[in-house]
Amino acid sequence: MIVRFIAAAAVLLVIVLAARRAKLVPGRFQVVVELVLDFCRRQIAIETLGEKLGNKYAPIITTIFFSIFFFNITGVIPFLNVAGTSVIGLPLIFALWVFFLYVGAAVKKLGVGGFLKGALFPAGVPKGLYILLTPVEFLQVFLLRPATLTIRLFANMMAGHLLLALCFSATSFFFFSAANGMKILGVVTLAGGFAFFLLEIFVAALQAYVFAILTAVYLQMVLEPDH
Amino acid sequence: MTGNLAVIGYGLAAIGPGIGLGILFGKTIESMARQPEMSGQLRSTMFIGLAFIEVFGLLGLVTPFIFP
Repeated sequence: MIVRFIAAAAVLLVIVLAARRAKLVPGRFQVVVELVLDFCRRQIAIETLGEKLGNKYAPIITTIFFSIFFFNITGVIPFLNVAGTSVIGLPLIFALWVFFLYVGAAVKKLGVGGFLKGALFPAGVPKGLYILLTPVEFLQVFLLRPATLTIRLFANMMAGHLLLALCFSATSFFFFSAANGMKILGVVTLAGGFAFFLLEIFVAALQAYVFAILTAVYLQMVLEPDH
Repeated sequence: MTGNLAVIGYGLAAIGPGIGLGILFGKTIESMARQPEMSGQLRSTMFIGLAFIEVFGLLGLVTPFIFP
């Protein structure tokens, strides 16, 4: 729990420090933060949603990307070994946030009837197939999208944490408690631990990116159903 | 015979996503080689596909927590 407070405080600190004395010709720290913000706006929001909607939803998508990245990365920081997102609660909150975001945006733009018609009865399908397609689409929109968002983030972080714990405890066992012939295996597990450490950093960033881009994709699918 | 049936279940469940991921990345690399100017869009679509396929692999990891 404390880890999540620390991660949240870190997010706020980074953003406030970057925005406080924002100069026209930026210094190094501001360049890095601006790079990430521009990446989120251009590569995630505008590429998926188009110019107008992309600029409208870019702040939310950037917030999701940034905060999930920080909550994931605490899993590799030495004294905070737990990732904030490796327990089910936090991914669930993010998934529910995205769910209410896209349902709310679609209902505001198309009305409840228009939203249900566009989402459950996609255009361009022969009339008979709706019997098969509509229950599947209903499950997809209302149940499976939030559930898979949650499970994807949670399981990735939990699996990474388990792998790291396994590698390092195996190293400790081999170096300290094993018979003399087996001690050399400790070097192998230590190298494995280091490799998984780097992989964890990559997976933290990747899962944040995937969550953000899926938010954009789900928004695009409900807001422009005929695209 | 002793052991855990859940582990065998997870092993079987990992076949599908493994094949799926292999096909996805293979096709993406092939498309990038045919049309390098589309690399950016192909890369984005690849990440979206990766997310959907990995869910099935990770469901196998999470089910012991749902059915204890």
